[in-house]
Amino acid sequence: MAAPAAAPADAQSQFPPPKVLTYPAAAPPSLITQGAEGRLYKTTHLLPDRPCALKYRPPKPYRHPILDARLTKARLSAEAKVLDRCRREGVPVPAVYAMDPAAGWMMMEWIEGIPVRAAINEWLGARRPPEEGAEPSAEAADDGAPLADLMRRIGIAMGALHRTGVVHGDLTTSNMMLRPRGEGQAVNGCVGGGDDKAKVLEGEVVLIDFGLATQSMSDEDRAVDLYVLERAFASTHPRAERLFATVLESYKDTFKKAPSVLVKLEDVRMRGRKRSMLG
Amino acid sequence: MALERLQLEHIPPAYQVYAAFFRDVANTDFLQAQLLARNSEFEYAFVDASSVISRLHLLSAVYSALNALLDGTLRTPNVHSEIVVSLNVNNNIADAYRRWGITPGKTKDLIVVKTQETIWAHLTEHVHGTPAPLTDVELALATDWPKIRKYYRLNGVPALERLADEGARRKEGERLAIMGMALRGL
Ligand SMILES: Nc1ncnc2c1ncn2[C@@H]1O[C@H](COP(=O)(O)OP(=O)(O)OP(=O)(O)O)[C@@H](O)[C@H]1O
Ligand SMILES: [Mg+2]
Repeated sequence: MAAPAAAPADAQSQFPPPKVLTYPAAAPPSLITQGAEGRLYKTTHLLPDRPCALKYRPPKPYRHPILDARLTKARLSAEAKVLDRCRREGVPVPAVYAMDPAAGWMMMEWIEGIPVRAAINEWLGARRPPEEGAEPSAEAADDGAPLADLMRRIGIAMGALHRTGVVHGDLTTSNMMLRPRGEGQAVNGCVGGGDDKAKVLEGEVVLIDFGLATQSMSDEDRAVDLYVLERAFASTHPRAERLFATVLESYKDTFKKAPSVLVKLEDVRMRGRKRSMLG
Repeated sequence: MALERLQLEHIPPAYQVYAAFFRDVANTDFLQAQLLARNSEFEYAFVDASSVISRLHLLSAVYSALNALLDGTLRTPNVHSEIVVSLNVNNNIADAYRRWGITPGKTKDLIVVKTQETIWAHLTEHVHGTPAPLTDVELALATDWPKIRKYYRLNGVPALERLADEGARRKEGERLAIMGMALRGL
């Protein structure tokens, strides 16, 4: 959920890479992240010029091998099925290229660009924090336009996901990539054209990491999905917290039941506050 | 025009894969008879090119079969039958042969894949067709899209319908087909 911790130096010795990555390729695989559940490598699919992300869930030594194999297979299969469903419905997610659920790996389309989290931080870092007590000037408000535009694109991506009947389960700004648009592709709704600084916030929002996703049409589940992102957003980007309302605003128009999801979100927030008061 | 050696990422070099493409094959009934008789001289993967989109699509099936071979998890008698079955979205072997194998009287253009040193002379002697380069351009001439859309359940799929550009639609169709193969039997 939080910052992908840098892989420890002895990561390679903790558990071996999947067998598939011991076979020759044009370039050696690179380890991108090592989480509790598994690893993500950058490698190639079929051809040297076709990059892919390989997700590997290693065997858990403390679990019975047969049960472990079955669980790994079920989780990877569930993740792949959700990606397939999203992709066919036109939700921006990586395509699945190949998988071997029994061996614990799945190859996906490599998404170019940087996580939304990094883009927002870069954008905020490039600007001076507002002075204490100072009235935000008209100029400063205008300065927020590219960020507000990104928020709108996030709301649209989440609406597309929920409309499809999928809830993500772990929405954070690390689990969204900002993919640069290719040559000649329409720059949809991008404001502040010509502003070099704003370039960092341009691109298509692509949702990744469906390891905890489930198929659900329930407003409650969708509201919890939004709440998780709202909380993650507040703690990762406190300086941009008030902009989260823009995500919800654009989400509201994405499908018929979106307004009632937003009503549910009020309940979910209330429960969340009570819980935090109880400690 | 000759046999092409296919080099795939994450496949040990000891596994040599060769492929060729023949257009307007005249003796598909003879070739199918050899397969049915299990004539060991004809242990090839014969793939009906009308059910193939591109090189990438074909290579995905070849990779899937080789991976099963390396894993020791072949579901069919050998890696050649496995290539044909790998093109399907389910594990029904008879169905895969009907869709991607040779159908006498129907199959015109034929892709041949073999995973050992292959003898070009043997192929050209027995496959009565016109050798063609195994390129996307050449393969696209043989592709029967209505069939592809049926086999990979691409009809009425929102991701394709909203693409106005024909090229973009085919590219996404190819991705969805490869994804369907990756999820085979799930
Ligand atoms: N398809 C992809 N293309 C490019 N980069 C990716 C892709 N998938 C993941 N990444 C990169 O790897 C990081 C980790 O990937 P992911 O979130 O899927 O795994 P994880 O965080 O280890 O899993 P979990 O959150 O379930 O523990 C992402 O933040 C992103 O930077
Ligand atoms: Mg993650």
